[in-house]
Amino acid sequence: MEVLKIATAGSVDDGKSTLIGRILYDTKSLTTDKLEAIEKTSKQKGYDYLDFSLATDGLVAEREQGITIDVAHIYFSTAKKSYIIADTPGHVEYTRNMVTGASTSQASIILIDARKGVIEQTNRHFFINNLLRIKDVVVTINKMDLVDYSEDVYNKIKADFSELMSKRDYQDQKITFIPVSALKGDNVVNRSNKMPWYTGQSLLEHLEELDKKDIFNIGTPRFPVQYVIRPKTEEFHDFRGYAGKVYGGELSVGDEVVVLPSQTKSKIKEIYFYNEKFQTASRRSSVTITLENDINVSRGDMIVKDGDLPTIDKQFTANICWMDSTQLTNGGKYIVQHGVNKVLAKVDKIHHKINPDYSGIEENVTGLNVNDIAQVTFKLNKPIFYDQFKNHRTNGSFILIDTQTNSTVGAGFIQ
Amino acid sequence: MSKMKKDTYHINSLENEAIYIMREVAAQFEKPVLLFSGGKDSITLVRLAVKAFYPAKVPFPLMHIDTGHNFPETIEFRDKLVEELGLELIVRHVQDSIDEGKVKEESGKYSSRNSLQTTTLLDAIEEFKFDACIGGARRDEEKARAKERIFSVRDDFGQWDEKNQRPELFDMLNGQIHHGQNVRVFPISNWTELDVWSYIEKENIEIPSIYFAHKRKVFLRDGLIWSHSEFVYQEDDEEVLERMVRFRTVGDMSCTAAVFSEATDIASVVREIRDSTISERGARIDDKRSDAAMEKRKQQGYF
Repeated sequence: MEVLKIATAGSVDDGKSTLIGRILYDTKSLTTDKLEAIEKTSKQKGYDYLDFSLATDGLVAEREQGITIDVAHIYFSTAKKSYIIADTPGHVEYTRNMVTGASTSQASIILIDARKGVIEQTNRHFFINNLLRIKDVVVTINKMDLVDYSEDVYNKIKADFSELMSKRDYQDQKITFIPVSALKGDNVVNRSNKMPWYTGQSLLEHLEELDKKDIFNIGTPRFPVQYVIRPKTEEFHDFRGYAGKVYGGELSVGDEVVVLPSQTKSKIKEIYFYNEKFQTASRRSSVTITLENDINVSRGDMIVKDGDLPTIDKQFTANICWMDSTQLTNGGKYIVQHGVNKVLAKVDKIHHKINPDYSGIEENVTGLNVNDIAQVTFKLNKPIFYDQFKNHRTNGSFILIDTQTNSTVGAGFIQ
Repeated sequence: MSKMKKDTYHINSLENEAIYIMREVAAQFEKPVLLFSGGKDSITLVRLAVKAFYPAKVPFPLMHIDTGHNFPETIEFRDKLVEELGLELIVRHVQDSIDEGKVKEESGKYSSRNSLQTTTLLDAIEEFKFDACIGGARRDEEKARAKERIFSVRDDFGQWDEKNQRPELFDMLNGQIHHGQNVRVFPISNWTELDVWSYIEKENIEIPSIYFAHKRKVFLRDGLIWSHSEFVYQEDDEEVLERMVRFRTVGDMSCTAAVFSEATDIASVVREIRDSTISERGARIDDKRSDAAMEKRKQQGYF
């Protein structure tokens, strides 16, 4: 059984919540009591169909305005996979939530309203999918029932979207087009007989077959130390274990390692998971490691294999997505949280703003506003140990924290 | 086809994520606490905390907000667990908040102490200056909880500002807060009810007996099965029956309804949940109050 995390993106009224509701309904993931609640509310509102968006829009304001404000997580499973859908809002002003939802997803669904075709929002959604290097993108053309299930409409949208695809810089991304009607259930879970010209899979059939390779794990092993475990009990008197999660690749007992930033060399002595010892720690496992030598290691340090060092530097350049209503300015000071490591950072230079609709870049920028994407160089008060985002998703990304409000104000992808 | 038995890959990845979160709490906060209700989710949290810090002890205490209307089995279980694992337990009582006049006991047919817990909890957070409270809420439980972050910041009044939540990217958890604020932490956010049960089965975790089918005196109201107890208001014409039941969630007696069940061991409970067509909180009387019942309670500082 594998877990597939999917982000959804679409504009207001593209029917995103309806699509998710439809998936839940047709996979029989909605329990009787939830279904009854939807039926009851739909009837109260005078609809002559079931409003599946009621299953996902969890906040009062969302139900009142009929829109999705915040990222919601929805869970369902089939015989083959467990799914987590990050349902992200489509409004321009909620781009930050879209980036957030996509940051943990392996695949994404971009929704297009068949009546409207490719619009500016579609460009943005696709851009973000590219920026975050989402491997599988499913372009779902919804509301086909409202365009008489027309093949011409579908082909026109496909052609328009293909033009966008030529502009992306992550060319290995796999893109699939599926015509659906979320409201009527065509090609969502079950294949439709209304579009005989479409011979491909339904949306769920497609998701079921997606590659299970975990894209977060590509790269070389990096072990950021989260917490130092010192029991100070009689039985474990001299025990000094380094707790953390293994990213990128595996680590094994006997591996020659280097501890950063001190660059002290040692060997992995033991790998614990709870009270069991293992020969190898697999990717993404939360283990505790002990080393042969008694060296000083603390939270924020990183254990890597000898001869396989990341970049160690007091500055880096990254594409960032700004998420706060207060501007980011040249010379501004922030906290960079890179994994579990925190350092103080200063904006050295905003190189340019990148228009997230593929319309080019804007130079001579002095500040960034909420939802802006830009290339920025930061100077740090001490070195961090990073990889490029394209080579290592976890060790190549960071968040920005405001030193005054403590809010998370941006996300970055190191170049 | 919706709910199938999962193999261990899935549950292991959830476990690794939860252990990572536990360690972030211990590293980022000065005074964390694990909110313990005696229910299966908080028992699972305890197990995860023990695993996260082995061979060291769990570096934070447990706290139980006691409504005084608990199932006696839960309290017995709680005390045994704490003793066996050598954990520190803090108990604060809703009865004390009532006696001090801070909250008023509800009366009537649907009266419950469930919502009164919030005041006792917020007072305890202030008393001990806790800056992080670990809870067992899961996003699949309820649609307002689906919007919850893993690190969820609460203001000085314990309130949840749902429209202004911090974005959470990758697995980076931002625990920076101002003095007086605290963070609610949900390590099993991404688990479903079935995941929790599968984990309990896999790890062979002991849970209170009321989760398994047993004979109990109950009565029926509004399509739900209520416990016959001194803590639960009962009308004269509501007939007491003896039935085989079990509980899917364990809260205050006055807000937790039972389900008919013959499942007397973990394997049959897992099977039952996999085939169930009613959601877990479908038997929570407190959620039935309105469509936005949970969101309202959360804004006020509920778990």
